[in-house]
Amino acid sequence: MKPLRAWARRLAGLFGHGRRDSELAAEIHSHLQLHIDDNLRAGMSPEQARRDAVLKLGGMDPTMEEYRARTTVPVLEHLLQDGRFALRQLRKNPVFTSTAILMLALGVCASVAIFAFVDAALIQPLPYRNPSRLAGVYESAPKCPQCNLSYQDYLDWKKLNHVFVSLEAYNNTGFIVTTAGGAQPAHAARVSAGFFRALGVVTALGRDFYAGEDLAGARRTVMLSDAMWHKRYGGKPDVVGQPVTLDGAPYTVIGVLPRDFHFAPAGSAEYWATLDASGQCEQRRGCHNLYGVARLKDGVSLQAALADTTLIARQLERQYPDTNRGQGANVAPLTAVITGDIRPILLVLLGGAALLLLIACVNIASLLLVRSESRRREMAVRSALGASRVRLVSQFVTEGLVLVACGGLLGLISAAWSMRLLSSLIPAEMAARMPFLQTLGLNGRVSAFAFAIALLAAMLFAFTPALRLSFAEIREGLVEGSRGSAGNTWRRVGSKLVVLELATAMVLLVGAGLLGQSLYRLLHVETGFQPDHLVTLEVAAPPSSYGKDPQAVALARQIVSRVANMPGVKHAALVSVLPVNFNGNTDWIRFVGKPYSGEHNEVNQRDVSSDIFATLGARLLRGRYFTDADDQSKPMVAIINQTLARKYFPGEDPIGKQYGDISLSPKSIRTIVGMVDDIREGQLDSDIWPAEYLPFNQSPDTYFNLIVRTSQEGESILPSLSATIRDIDRGIVALGGSSMEKRILDSPAAYLRRSSAWLVGGFAALALLLGVVGLYGVVAYSVSQRTREIGVRMALGAEPGMVHRLILKEAGWLTAAGIFMGLAGSLAATTLMRNLLFGIQSWDVITLLVVAAVLGAASLLASYIPARRAASVNPVDALRAE
Amino acid sequence: MDAKADVRQGTLALMILKTLESMGPLHGYGIARRIERTSGNLLSLNYGTLYPALLKLEQEGSIASAWGVSENNRKAKFYRLTRAGRKQIAKEARDWEQTAAILARFLSPTEDPV
Repeated sequence: MKPLRAWARRLAGLFGHGRRDSELAAEIHSHLQLHIDDNLRAGMSPEQARRDAVLKLGGMDPTMEEYRARTTVPVLEHLLQDGRFALRQLRKNPVFTSTAILMLALGVCASVAIFAFVDAALIQPLPYRNPSRLAGVYESAPKCPQCNLSYQDYLDWKKLNHVFVSLEAYNNTGFIVTTAGGAQPAHAARVSAGFFRALGVVTALGRDFYAGEDLAGARRTVMLSDAMWHKRYGGKPDVVGQPVTLDGAPYTVIGVLPRDFHFAPAGSAEYWATLDASGQCEQRRGCHNLYGVARLKDGVSLQAALADTTLIARQLERQYPDTNRGQGANVAPLTAVITGDIRPILLVLLGGAALLLLIACVNIASLLLVRSESRRREMAVRSALGASRVRLVSQFVTEGLVLVACGGLLGLISAAWSMRLLSSLIPAEMAARMPFLQTLGLNGRVSAFAFAIALLAAMLFAFTPALRLSFAEIREGLVEGSRGSAGNTWRRVGSKLVVLELATAMVLLVGAGLLGQSLYRLLHVETGFQPDHLVTLEVAAPPSSYGKDPQAVALARQIVSRVANMPGVKHAALVSVLPVNFNGNTDWIRFVGKPYSGEHNEVNQRDVSSDIFATLGARLLRGRYFTDADDQSKPMVAIINQTLARKYFPGEDPIGKQYGDISLSPKSIRTIVGMVDDIREGQLDSDIWPAEYLPFNQSPDTYFNLIVRTSQEGESILPSLSATIRDIDRGIVALGGSSMEKRILDSPAAYLRRSSAWLVGGFAALALLLGVVGLYGVVAYSVSQRTREIGVRMALGAEPGMVHRLILKEAGWLTAAGIFMGLAGSLAATTLMRNLLFGIQSWDVITLLVVAAVLGAASLLASYIPARRAASVNPVDALRAE
Repeated sequence: MDAKADVRQGTLALMILKTLESMGPLHGYGIARRIERTSGNLLSLNYGTLYPALLKLEQEGSIASAWGVSENNRKAKFYRLTRAGRKQIAKEARDWEQTAAILARFLSPTEDPV
């Protein structure tokens, strides 16, 4: 306690020790006065009295020193002194200081911001109990390794498995919520009763679903997301027990989910209801509409779980050959299911940010080296005046720390800002798929990361110049006009650093180039329709009023005709699933008159209104389009795409051929009346599947997408479109209005490449800039070191052109080495990101050549300026300079 | 004069504390004179060395200081013992006695031949 107190006082003494000094002086003065008084009283002469008093006091210098050492902490005192000196030095050199700080801030900002995304998506544990024991469970089909479960299969898997503590199911849906202000659309999910128990999520309010609450005949109950609770119920606890009307049916609110709960596969679901066990799809084993999530039993591995579920799938395959043929099983870690395709992109971006940080640090280190060169004289003087080596090194360390502190802080602030900017740039639909990004922020882990890179940078900056400080060189610095070997050493080290920078810039440029070309090729992929001048709108009608087929057909006819007659509308049509969306919502078909051995001929099923192909601008290859008259009173018809024709009717004319469901039940038999060119139903980067287009009027639904071809650009028609639909029935909701081009640009496949191309491109541009600045620094420094040599050469008759060549040759070698290293690095780096590439090879020669040319040209430009300066040297001045 | 002893390491603090205990609040010069007198003028003390020792004691909380006026009307900084200082005296005196006793055992055989 006692030493502690003494230390506290000493630390306090660091501040305002001038006051302490003057207090000691006053005390010594009073001491002498008292002593002199005594001596006078003892009869000494005034002069003698004074002399005696001073002698008795003793030499005051060591005393003062000891006193001062005791009032403060010498090491800290020195550090503060160094700090003040460092600040003064840095202020004296604002160009160097601001360049260094800005470069560091840039590097820190990029890497911390990207790391925060990595942290939110990949590191932060999911808000479930023991999330590593959770798995996504799927049925697998030949084309679809992670496909939905059917309800019947789910029940069997749940009963028969030996590996899961519990197996639960969920799917995404939407509800039309009846409110006082009219019908409102809401995102929703249906889950099995044990879903939240399996995840280990405890309700924030109210209760969880009871076991069995998901069975047919149970009372309809619903849980709310925290967001919905606050939005619609103002966060009041009396929400539990309140009735709510969803899709026209009465439900009771039983609970509210915790604020931090999210479940990416269900998007931004606001209402969580139980599975609809009595639904039409749920009755059929062949209708797949659920995803599984399971908690593994202790000691059971994913492989064991996969083996067990595969065994069950085989058993069901034997038991129900019609529906379950070829249906296997798939089990994946839930963490992978949730973060999905964002993982490789984040890692690529993190790599890019790290490279940028590396370049920034290398540049600053080389700037510091140049500075330490020009300060050799200063160091030598300080050393000659008695500064210890430790003091000299600590001066550099302090300067490094001050730089890192400023740059790091600035970087951290801008990182926080960029995080917000970047996450606000994510389209809402994408953001709903990545709810884990809500946890994005400067948390402990991110701060620790920032601190760690700051520490590394500080070490680098402090020790690079300090290492260069040896006694021999310090003394050398005093010798007038000395140059010694130091300049050459730096030229060697510095040029290695620049080669590294140029190589890094090259890697980033190649990455950006490949990503940019992937994006371009992706956006120019043949879609089979004309996406310009198209707007789309989701429409959901309450099943309570439009659930019967004739009602839905009448509604669809009314909507299409009303919309088609709006000013500025050329065509209007309905489709069950928009194009450039996903391959799925499939049908299993069997052809009349062709051999069949029970295989699943899986084709995309799209229910479309008669005008759809004209609206989309698709190409009819054979046969005819639908007409509005193709309804349930007429023979069943279908239009197929070219891929289907190629696969199942090779060398035949498909028109007039018939097919039906897997048992060829008479009700299901359809006649093919037309064939269209392939329309891209899936994402831009996925394959074309065989597809059938069926008349909406023959298989109507209360949910569909309206597609409108307009005469004017953009989405300006959307408000009047929604108004027209509301005008028909206020119980119908219209949502998700968007132009088709925007939808395609924001579609996951395009968005992921677009965002990564922009970010990596940004990094690459900065890296190029920094690398070229670094090269300029090295060449300029080299020129300044060689001024006398150049002067001699020119005095001996060298032409300016020769001097040019001399300097450019040096820069050329550095650039060539950088490009060569960068080439090797690019090949390695782009192989790692080949998953992101589309329509282009990771070793694309043209990209590599163009990037090398850009880098070479930029380097040439950077070295031309110092080369010109060197050539314009006046030999007389140069020789006199020393 | 040359027979005077130097102040031994660690003993000055105890001397200061003891002096303040017996004399009450006193300024630096007074403490120095008092120590000299108490030692029977056998100690050679540079008065200046007193001040770092006083500062250390003050930082440790054994003594406290305040500016005041001396008996002949000079401004001076007066030191006084704190409660912690009194405890410190007891402890240091005990330690010192122990050290002295141990040393005495080492020194005694020379007077007492085997």
